[in-house]
Amino acid sequence: MSAYTTLADLGGEPGHGRVVPEPEGELWHAPWEARAMALTVAMGATGAWNIDMSRAARETLPAYRRLTYYEIWTHALVVLLKQRCMLADDELEAACARHPAPPVARVLKAADVAAAMARGSPTGRPASTAARFAVGDTVRLRPEVVDHHTRLPGYARGKRGTVRALHGAHVFADANAQGQGEQPCWLYTVSFDERELWGDSAAAQNLVVSIDAWEPYLEPA
Amino acid sequence: MAHDHPHDHDHDHSEIGPMDLRVRALETVLAQKGYIDPAALDALIDTYQTRIGPRNGARVVAKAWVDPAYRRWLLEDATAAIASLGYSGRQGEHMVVVENTPERHHMVVCTLCSCYPWPVLGLPPTWYKSAPYRSRAVRDPRGVLADFGVTLPAGTEIRVWDSTAEVRYLVLPMRPAGTEALGEEALAALVTRDSMIGTGLPRQP
Repeated sequence: MSAYTTLADLGGEPGHGRVVPEPEGELWHAPWEARAMALTVAMGATGAWNIDMSRAARETLPAYRRLTYYEIWTHALVVLLKQRCMLADDELEAACARHPAPPVARVLKAADVAAAMARGSPTGRPASTAARFAVGDTVRLRPEVVDHHTRLPGYARGKRGTVRALHGAHVFADANAQGQGEQPCWLYTVSFDERELWGDSAAAQNLVVSIDAWEPYLEPA
Repeated sequence: MAHDHPHDHDHDHSEIGPMDLRVRALETVLAQKGYIDPAALDALIDTYQTRIGPRNGARVVAKAWVDPAYRRWLLEDATAAIASLGYSGRQGEHMVVVENTPERHHMVVCTLCSCYPWPVLGLPPTWYKSAPYRSRAVRDPRGVLADFGVTLPAGTEIRVWDSTAEVRYLVLPMRPAGTEALGEEALAALVTRDSMIGTGLPRQP
């Protein structure tokens, strides 16, 4: 039994019903959602945590499956802040700061928003090793469930695929989420035949599915 | 997730609900602690409401339709080709463009969360982040397309791109027939957000 449980790994899961389209430009369903988005982005810019830590905080919220999207963002933001003693429940209840504020590396100012968004946070890094796999190689995705945040979706675990592209070395999400540093690894696009993923009995869709997978997710097949 | 939650369907914003109060309290405390500049929140919201949205991506697509050299560049080095039009950065640091053809249709999803190419499409729509789309896009894309009123020939291969790392995907849809006389701006108006995710097709002129 793994101690780390993600509730966000939805690919292929049955029973979620039909998709409800929405017109272009309908960004928020309540004004607080816009505020929650901006708060999350602005706090991310402080450097108090990284994007992989915030994804881990969201996907492990016990109520994940019952919450709306921006409820997930808001509750995960509170978790991240409380973990770092940057916020306490009594402050949230009183809407008033009552405890010391541990310093952060940066504060995003209004004048810097456009430049910060245009810059982003690229995750490409110089590769320190040669790539283990090449385009066209057959690989098997690691079968085991890991006890930490990962970006290997459950539906691809243990499946055989073909390397379609190499993207250079990128910050390794699994390590970065655990505070173990960036540990850059080669990133590949790996594609799968639908029968490999869903079996022969699944209705054929003439479908190829691709994921992006870091080298530690792959083994020769 | 979003669609089975009762709060999400409350479009009457006159009441102050628990999430309003929580987000307001959070903003107040974080501003008092010096972690955030409330004016920066206004600027962020304004950015994604007025400046960064699917019209950016539509301009990229329209240019690729009229300019063969740009199309080649876009398919070879999407990050640079898109940046040349002024669109770059957060959630679009590493772009890949995939081109629809009569034989092949592309669709983009993030089964693990909500990864989406912000500089060219803005913030993702609710359905893109919802459990129905995330669960079904990789297994039953033809069923998902039917939910959007789109039917493709059985012979068309469907390629679904699950955005599991920091690479972000944009679909280059096929240029509609009968648009030979249209300029870039008129063509961009035919490019819908959904056609660049792969759940829709461009409008007909």
